[in-house]
Amino acid sequence: MSASRNFARPARIAAIAPYLWMVVFFLVPFAFILKISLSQTAISQPPYEPVFELAHGWQGLKAAVGQLSIENFRLLASDNLYVLSYLRSVAVAAVSALILVVLGYPLAYGMSRLPRGWQRVAILAVIVPFWTSFLIRIYAWINVLQRDGLLNDVLVALKIVSAPVAWLSTDTAMYIGIVYSYLPFMVLPLYATLSKMDTSLLEAAADLGCSRSRAFWLVTFPLSLPGIGAGALLCFIPIIGEFVIPDLLGGSGQMMIGQTLWAEFFTNRDWPVASAIAVVLLLVLLAPLIVYDRLQRRQLEVQS
Amino acid sequence: MSGRPLTRLSPFNMVSLALGFAFLYLPLVILVVFSFNASRLVSVWGGWSLRWYAELLNDQAMLEAAWMSLRVGVSSATLATVLGTMAAVALSRGSDFRGRTLFSGMLHAPLVMPEVITGLSLLLLFIAAGAERGFWTVTAAHTTLTMCFVAVIVQSRLNGLDRSLEEAAMDLGCSPLRAFFAVTLPMIMPAIAAAWMLAFTLSLDDLVIASFTTGPGASTLPIRIYSEVRLGVKPQINAICTLMVAFVALVIVVASLVSKLSEAKSGSAAPL
Repeated sequence: MSASRNFARPARIAAIAPYLWMVVFFLVPFAFILKISLSQTAISQPPYEPVFELAHGWQGLKAAVGQLSIENFRLLASDNLYVLSYLRSVAVAAVSALILVVLGYPLAYGMSRLPRGWQRVAILAVIVPFWTSFLIRIYAWINVLQRDGLLNDVLVALKIVSAPVAWLSTDTAMYIGIVYSYLPFMVLPLYATLSKMDTSLLEAAADLGCSRSRAFWLVTFPLSLPGIGAGALLCFIPIIGEFVIPDLLGGSGQMMIGQTLWAEFFTNRDWPVASAIAVVLLLVLLAPLIVYDRLQRRQLEVQS
Repeated sequence: MSGRPLTRLSPFNMVSLALGFAFLYLPLVILVVFSFNASRLVSVWGGWSLRWYAELLNDQAMLEAAWMSLRVGVSSATLATVLGTMAAVALSRGSDFRGRTLFSGMLHAPLVMPEVITGLSLLLLFIAAGAERGFWTVTAAHTTLTMCFVAVIVQSRLNGLDRSLEEAAMDLGCSPLRAFFAVTLPMIMPAIAAAWMLAFTLSLDDLVIASFTTGPGASTLPIRIYSEVRLGVKPQINAICTLMVAFVALVIVVASLVSKLSEAKSGSAAPL
């Protein structure tokens, strides 16, 4: 019997504890979300009418299935508030991903052109701010963007604006916060693609008389498209569900879906509707998640 | 002239690097500098002072929240490291087993799942189970999230490891368990330490999941800071944020020293 097979059995036994943990704390909770999204709102504690109790057994289950209601989902589809909220989330995520590509690309490209030793320093320098709390980074921007903050001081001093601008509670502030928070998720996959690129292709382009910028657009850029895709999706997916950034930096107008869910849950205490929002949000995310998974797999195949 | 190498750093590259890193670091530098501002007005510089740090020491609610966050961070990171490492060993060495696809799917999904969904679903579970919400529910929630990060980090280290050493140990009569603890575990220790550190900072950082899963009267530091930040900029907040930045910087320095030391140690042990 080979040694590796010898090792496999105890290794599989090691799966038991984490497996059970994930079933209890990850899989089962989804069943609860689904169940409560199909329940009726009630003014009680907890604030929903349970449709199914395990204690009632099979009869109870049959009766419960009859009681399940898609009322909450009908509400989501009929009330503009929710539809617009989903649409805004997708739009904000798409615009942010675009800005992130435009700003992240030059940075990743510059990093890939640094001497080897400096590249490691640069990677570390991109990651380090992300070990500090996410909330602190947003708060740091509130400091900069507030009416008597540094940005206005500089702009007034340079006579670019005559009076301080209200930056906070605007879309601009929200986009700044999102771009700042997600920049490494864009830069690192892009850098990984750019730094692995075969530079002899560029030498060949130069030998054939390509200028630097032509070589970039004909060789480097097309070859980096998978990295752009991976980075854009890695940002796009979580931005759709973002709550803290639009809440602290954005305006009080149209909410993103994460904010709507939060408000339904904490302010309106309507747990069934909050759960229904979560279920639909998962469905919205499914398509980009599958595309992202495909891209990752293809990258892995290319590497091996 | 087209003869110069196209792979050299161009002026455009240098400008984008300078602007990019300024964008990443300036807000944090400003935050730290203004935490030492003597003036109550955040935008007016009134000279250097430690007064906001002194006021922080009298903020009982903030201190309690910090203590809660530390306890949750240490317990959930430790639990997540144990569970995540076991999961990584199973995925990397367990070859094929029933339910493997579901297992790795469950471990990867929380990495991209919006926090509002994870938080809400866990809360509904805790309510249904009748658990009293507070320290333990937040710890369980953070363990669930961070063990996935641990599993990914440790698994990639295990996959890159030379298996012939564990096989040699077993050929020499070690039981698989003994081979794991004597050979494999010491080699993946740096990855496990890094994973613990990441799990700890993720827990310390989390606002959304903790808000859903905690109960009345048990605030973590981010929950406390969030409720203050909503009311506007305050120098005390700059001070507590600076302390957190300093703490994380310290953790990173210690981590890199530890990994240097262990590298040096394994380097000197190699000729054996």
